[in-house]
Amino acid sequence: MSIDLPLRLTLAAAAVAALGGMAATADAADIRIACYSDGNECPATKVLAERFMKDHADIHITIDEMPYKQILESVPVQLAAGNGPDIARVSDFGQVAPYQLDLTPYLPDAAYWEKAYGPVLDWMRTGPNDHGIYGLMTQLTVSAPIVDKTLFDQAGVPIPAKGATWDDWAAAALKVAKATKTPFGMAWDRSGARFSGPAISEGAKFFYSAGHPPVVDAGFKAMAAKFVKWNQDGTIDKDVWVSTGGGYRDAFEEFANGKIAVYLSGSWQLARLQKQIGDGFDWVVGDAPCGPGGCTGMPGGAGFVAFKGTKSPKEVAMFLDYLASEPVYAEWMVMTSNLPANLDLQKKKLDYKLTPAGVAAMAQFQANAATLTPLAYKLQGDAMSRPMFNASVDRISQAIAGQITLDQAYERITADVADAFAAKNKK
Amino acid sequence: MARLARMLTATRGRGRMDWTDWASYLYLILGTALMLGPVVWLALSSLKSPSGLIEFPPTLLPQEQVRVTVPNSPNPLPLYRITKGDHAGQTLAEVRKIGLQATMVDPANPDTLIRVPVDDRTKVMQFHAAWDNYGDLLQKFDFGRYLWNSVFITTVATILTLLLNSMAAFALSKYKFAGREPVFLLMLATLMIPPTIILVPNYLIAAVLGLTDNPWGVIWPAVATPTGVFLLRQYMLTLPDDLLEAARMDNASEWRIYWRIVLPLSKPALAVLAIFSVMWRWNEFLWPMVVLGRNESFTLPLALNSFQGELTTQWNYLLAMTVVTLIPVTVIFVLLQRHITQGIASAGVK
Amino acid sequence: MTVAATAGRGLGRLYAALMNLPERPMRWAQGHLPDGRLGWLFVGPNLAIFGVFTFLPILIDFYYSGTGGTNLLPTERPWVGSENFASLTACKDYFDPNSCVRDQFWYAIWNTAKFVALQVALMLVFSLMTALVLNRKIIGRGFFRAAFFYPVLLSPVVVALIWKWVLQRDGVLNAAFVGAGMQPVEWLLGAGSAFGWTVFVSIWAHMGFYTLILLAGLQAIPADIYEAAAMDAAPPSRVFRRITLPLLMPSVLVVLVLGLIRAVQIFDEVYVLTGGGPGSATTYLVEFIYNTGFSSQVRQYGLAAAASLLLAGVLLVLTLIQLRGMRAKGDGRG
Repeated sequence: MSIDLPLRLTLAAAAVAALGGMAATADAADIRIACYSDGNECPATKVLAERFMKDHADIHITIDEMPYKQILESVPVQLAAGNGPDIARVSDFGQVAPYQLDLTPYLPDAAYWEKAYGPVLDWMRTGPNDHGIYGLMTQLTVSAPIVDKTLFDQAGVPIPAKGATWDDWAAAALKVAKATKTPFGMAWDRSGARFSGPAISEGAKFFYSAGHPPVVDAGFKAMAAKFVKWNQDGTIDKDVWVSTGGGYRDAFEEFANGKIAVYLSGSWQLARLQKQIGDGFDWVVGDAPCGPGGCTGMPGGAGFVAFKGTKSPKEVAMFLDYLASEPVYAEWMVMTSNLPANLDLQKKKLDYKLTPAGVAAMAQFQANAATLTPLAYKLQGDAMSRPMFNASVDRISQAIAGQITLDQAYERITADVADAFAAKNKK
Repeated sequence: MARLARMLTATRGRGRMDWTDWASYLYLILGTALMLGPVVWLALSSLKSPSGLIEFPPTLLPQEQVRVTVPNSPNPLPLYRITKGDHAGQTLAEVRKIGLQATMVDPANPDTLIRVPVDDRTKVMQFHAAWDNYGDLLQKFDFGRYLWNSVFITTVATILTLLLNSMAAFALSKYKFAGREPVFLLMLATLMIPPTIILVPNYLIAAVLGLTDNPWGVIWPAVATPTGVFLLRQYMLTLPDDLLEAARMDNASEWRIYWRIVLPLSKPALAVLAIFSVMWRWNEFLWPMVVLGRNESFTLPLALNSFQGELTTQWNYLLAMTVVTLIPVTVIFVLLQRHITQGIASAGVK
Repeated sequence: MTVAATAGRGLGRLYAALMNLPERPMRWAQGHLPDGRLGWLFVGPNLAIFGVFTFLPILIDFYYSGTGGTNLLPTERPWVGSENFASLTACKDYFDPNSCVRDQFWYAIWNTAKFVALQVALMLVFSLMTALVLNRKIIGRGFFRAAFFYPVLLSPVVVALIWKWVLQRDGVLNAAFVGAGMQPVEWLLGAGSAFGWTVFVSIWAHMGFYTLILLAGLQAIPADIYEAAAMDAAPPSRVFRRITLPLLMPSVLVVLVLGLIRAVQIFDEVYVLTGGGPGSATTYLVEFIYNTGFSSQVRQYGLAAAASLLLAGVLLVLTLIQLRGMRAKGDGRG
């Protein structure tokens, strides 16, 4: 297993740069970025940071790459204790909201940011009265089913077309699995966000009146019941949601090893799909399955958020502004094979250096992004989204494991969310 | 005496082994296999390539599929032996596999494509140790840094532990002062406090003192071990007081008495404590996980855990890293095994 | 050669210099302090660290347990009195975690209780058996003793990963099953099975330590007693019950006390092996505290502190009971 040359050179260059940076003058602004990669976001950012540093000799940027779980768990604690990084690549904005830095006073052209990144800036804001700019989205992701086309071809089952429901997909996947002796038909990442897309499609509304924690409703229950059933009858790989007591777990390796026919994940996996599967089998992205609530996945993505504790707010803003500029952002998206969060770029066609399969997949992801419902956007950006997701995942996992009944799970989800809401708002 | 010794230790059946002896040896051998087997299996597995690791049932030794270079093909192709069907008995190279059908060629006749069902063939394997797993570790995962962090923390903490604990033990065994007993009991009581219950406040204290993300944040809280003080005190109690008195007669300072007399005499107990300390610090997990946030300050077990989370199933690297993490402890064990077991034995017989 | 020698000499001088550093202050202290007080100087550093990192946190814990909210710094936390304790102990039926407000806490308590009971008992049985076997005349005793002790040295993460690797769906254990004609089993996916494996793995990792303690205890039994038994031609089982076991009691109690304290605090291996799953079947108390305070999105430090204090209370009670048992036995011995 060897790293491909460009990546290796990048890492070597980064190492040299880091070492060289140590000799920097004492009054250089020192920026630390805590970063996690879905594919290669951190190395790509390093390359851009190096370029930036060449033009700004008095700014030194260090990128700490670490696992997703760790950013989720450690960075908020560090920030609370007052010794966090200057910037972090974060997907759970609610957790770091108390510490984020409003960049507006430091940005040369805040209006450009509003124009180019408007809708997703809301994700980092704490409410309708908040108009600050707190960071830059490093991608726009959309969840979608990824299909092992080879297995479907083998089984002679057509891939469900646009407009097919989740029941259609489950049935097709199970049929394919049986015909090709694959262990499981589907796998979903162990993530509340992943679950929410189908839930919304099935009619979940998540929000009732403002200020009240969201409630488990008919649509949510319908999807949960189906999901648990599929896990228990072998359509879905139970292992993914049940085997870990808590936390995020993806099923990518199972898919890459041909153990699943349909994998509900999302666009951030593109780089990994290209690299790891290669031409092992044919894979395509499917349209979002439908239901009474629409045909939607969930939008998302991680963003670089700036923090109040930084000693160099101006420099932090400069670097983020550099990344946000259209040409640099476009290049960044191409390097990382990500969908842009930049509205202008979304209209343009970016020249992704991908295989034909990758290009087709990217086009499909973009099409799926177009069918995202406003509710999905709202859910993703809500301050309570993460506790809601976590509660859903933990309790439904318990139901799948047979520890509690589904009804008990519903009660618990509501109670957990209320509890988190109370704790957050305790003054 | 001799007769009883024979009774206690001799085999039951008067010179020959009877069933209890066979049972004993069987138990021990099975037990040893159970204790060491998984570790050996780990080491063997760590030498397999990712494709070797996916094999089920797994092979005992690391094996790799044979690949042959075939003209017109950029990469070497995997070799299979055909077991059933039209081409049974032939050895063919696979060009492409789609689902249940494989497109293969005979290396001798690379232009003719042959379709073979996947079930009809087995891989041709040869022994191959994937040392790359280890090589890549050093390159890819900043492994040297984690190793250094672990070594640094372990060494410094052990030195401090030996110093502080021996000083305290010296005071508690050789000085009579009011508060001696209460202090000793207090230290013992802390044994009963599970580290978890002080996790949160300790983190707060560490944050206030600026010890987070810092090896010192792991070192300082750990050096005042009650077990260490207890062990050394018990040992120092057996040192004759006359020696110290004689030294005092010669106008030696207390420090010199401690440093020059008591410490050297306590070498056996210090050795045991040193071994314990190394073991504890090297393997420590929960507290470092909480106090070390930055990736670069991680110790080996932490790095191992975080990669376990991230590379959920890149087992080849995970296994290699696991093996490397347990090598230092194994080496120390092999060299100092007798001291360790004696130390624990003597501690147990309070 | 000379470089090494000079370096050695230099280090030697450095060492001597360092050693002499405290001389002057020590003599001053000796001059000024009454004899007994010198002890405090030596015990001071150790005590200071205890104070800062063990006693102070406990005091802070008491404060935290009465606060709510999600901020880390005590000054930013609102006081809620006994609310945390109340919510932890609010149950309709203490035996059914589902009827509790903090169901995860009660799952953790019952899981831990089951775990401790099973693990300590089995650990004792197997350690004793192994110690008895090792006490016989065995060729290669040193080797076997070392082999049983080796897993004790491994880091809990390593232990967990080793067994995770063995117990995987495609792991070597299932390979053996398939080879024997049986179906592969999802070892860590079933609640009972996962629980059983956490017991097994923790015994595997710690048994050697207790075996050594028991072995030392066995070897300390004076030989005369066995001689006397031989005189009476006592059967081996009676020898064991009436002689060996009672004389071994002190060691057995050490094993019980230490084993219990460790079992109640089980975390590291289980966290890596199962993460508390499936569902919360292998979530034990310490993991609950860790999750509540450190890894959930909404960090409830106050709740975690309250749970910690409850855990400490339980542990204290258990240990006191055991110590009283020890003292009673000790008195009985005379």
